[in-house]
Amino acid sequence: MSTLRIFRKKPDDIGFFGKLGYYLLLIFGALISVFPFYWMFVVGTNDKGAVFHVPPLLTVGDQFFHNFKRVLEKADFFQALGNSLFVSSMVTLSVVFFCTLAGYAFAKYEFPFKNGLFVFVIATLIVPQQLGVLPTYVIMAKLHWIDSYKALIVPAMVNAFGIFWMRQYISTAVPTELIEAGRIDGGGHFRIFWNIAVPVITPAMATLGILNFMTVWNDFFWPLVVLKNKEHYTIQLALQQLFTTRDGLDYGMIMSATFTATLPLLIVFLLFSRWVIAGLTSGAIKS
Amino acid sequence: MAEPVITSPHAESKRPFLTEQRRSRITAYTFISPFFILFSIFGLYPIFFTFYLSFFKWDALNPMKFVGFKNYDLVTSDPTFWISFTNTLIMGLMGTVPQVMLALLLAVLLHSGMTKFKKTFRILYFMPNITSIVAVTLVFSTLFGNNGMINWMLNGLGLDSVAFNSGWWGVKIAISTMVMWRWTGYNAILFLSGLQSIPMDLYEAARIDGANRRQQLFSITLPLLKPFIIFVSLQSTIGALQLFTEPYVFLGQAGTGSTRQEGITMVTYLYSEAFRNGFFGTAAATAVMLFLVTILFSILNMLISRGAGGDTGGKKA
Repeated sequence: MSTLRIFRKKPDDIGFFGKLGYYLLLIFGALISVFPFYWMFVVGTNDKGAVFHVPPLLTVGDQFFHNFKRVLEKADFFQALGNSLFVSSMVTLSVVFFCTLAGYAFAKYEFPFKNGLFVFVIATLIVPQQLGVLPTYVIMAKLHWIDSYKALIVPAMVNAFGIFWMRQYISTAVPTELIEAGRIDGGGHFRIFWNIAVPVITPAMATLGILNFMTVWNDFFWPLVVLKNKEHYTIQLALQQLFTTRDGLDYGMIMSATFTATLPLLIVFLLFSRWVIAGLTSGAIKS
Repeated sequence: MAEPVITSPHAESKRPFLTEQRRSRITAYTFISPFFILFSIFGLYPIFFTFYLSFFKWDALNPMKFVGFKNYDLVTSDPTFWISFTNTLIMGLMGTVPQVMLALLLAVLLHSGMTKFKKTFRILYFMPNITSIVAVTLVFSTLFGNNGMINWMLNGLGLDSVAFNSGWWGVKIAISTMVMWRWTGYNAILFLSGLQSIPMDLYEAARIDGANRRQQLFSITLPLLKPFIIFVSLQSTIGALQLFTEPYVFLGQAGTGSTRQEGITMVTYLYSEAFRNGFFGTAAATAVMLFLVTILFSILNMLISRGAGGDTGGKKA
C-alpha cells in the first residue's frame, strides 16, 4: 500500500490511536445501520412482552412461528406478499424494456428535437409526485381502475430516471459501428436492438430492474390511495394494517411480519449488492 | 409520420439515403413514445389539472364549482395547514442538514486510503435504504416507545424519558431519526462515488506543495465535490418536503390517523383533505403550494450549496 508509506513519513500521520478511533467510528456507524434489522428479528422471535423488557432483550428467542401464526389470523399475509410480487414484477419488466428502448434511441439515433426531448425527460424528474396525485386518482376512477392493479402498474410502466440511466450506459457500452454494420447487413431496427445491443447491456438492465423493483415494492402512498379492498393490499399496506389494530399492539406479531416481508428483499440485495450500488452511483453523476 | 415505409433501401434508387434516415427517425420516435404517451396522461395532464382544480370547489362526485382563490384562502386560514407547514420545515431541517453532513463525513472516512473492508462497509451502510419505510417506522416505534430502548438508554445516562410518540418535539425527533437512518448511508455512497472521481494526482501535487490534510480537504475535496453536494442536498430537500409515510404510520396506531398535530406534514394534510374529507379543491390548492415551496427551497438550496462549497481556499460560508 503506497498510501500507507506516504502517511508514515508525513507529520499529519494520525497514528495508532487515530486509526483505532477511525475504525471504531466506522464500525459504530455500521452497527447503527444494521441494528434495527437485528432488533426486528429479536422482537419477532420473542414473546409479546419482549419489546418492553427492562433492560432491553437482545437475544433471539424461539417464538417466531407462534408470532407469525397470529399474523396469518389478522391479515392475508401471503396474499399481500403475492400481490406485491406481481405488481413489482410487472412494473419492473415493463420499465426495463421501455426505458432500455428509449435510452437506446436517445443514445444511438439522430432525430429532430432529440436534445430538447431529452432535456424534457430529465426535467420531469424534479416535479413532485404529489402535484398530480388528485387528477390521477380521478382518471383512475373514470377508467374504473380504482382498487385494481392496473392503477399501480400502468402509470409506472416507464420512467425518466430509467431512460436517463440506460442512455448513459448505452452511449458508452454499445459501439455505433456495430449497429451500422447490422444495418448494412440488412437487419431491422428492433432486431439490431434486440440481438446486438441488449446482450451487451444486460448488466445495466439488471441494475435498473433491481432498483426499480425495490422502489415499487416499498411504495406506500399511491397503493394507499387507490387500493380499497383488503384482498388487493400490497405488503406495505398489510404491514401498516397490522399496526393499526386497536386491541393492544402485539409487537411480536408485527415484527415477525416485517421481518418476513423484509427478508426476500434483503437476500436479493445481498446477492446483487455490487450491481445495486454501482447503479446507484452512476445514476448520481447526472448533476 | 404516416410516411409509407419502403421496405428495402435499394428499391428507390434515387434517394435511398433519405428513406433510410426517415425510417430510423420513425423508429426512434416509436422507441421513445411510451414515455411521452404515459407521461402526458399520468404526469403532464394531472399537473395542469391540479392547477385548474385549485380554483374549483369539488368533492370528486358532484359538478365542479368555480370559486376563484377561495381554496387558497381556506387553506391559508386553516391553522392545521400552518402546523403542517412548520412541521414539514422543522422535520425537513432536522432530518436533512445533519444527515448530509454525516454522510459527507462517512464518505470521507470510507474514502481515506487506509480503509479496509471498504466494500463490506458500503453494503452495511446501504442496507437501511432497502427496507420499506413502513417496516422502518414500525421498528423505530418500538425503539421510541415510552418504555422503549431509547428512553432506557436516556435513563441510563441520567436523563429523563422523552415522550417520543406524543410530545411536540419528541415526535419530530423520532421521525427525523427514521429519515436519517434510512438516507445517511445512501447519500454517503453517492458522496463516495464523487470522491472516487477526483484524480489522485491532485492530492499528490498538493502534498508536494506542503498542504496538510485539512487544507487538502478544503481546497481540493470540497470544491470538486460540489456538484455532488448540490445534488444530494437538493434530493434530500425535495424528499423532506414530501414526507408522508413515516408520520402516517408512526402516528396512526391510535386510529386517529395521520392528522395528529405533532407530526402532520403538508402531504399528510393534502391526503386527509382529499381522501378523508373529500375536499379536492383545497387539496389541489395545497398541492400547488407544496410545489411552490419545493421550487423555492430548491432554489434556496442551490444558492446555499453554491456559496458553501467555495471556489478555493478554506474560507467559510
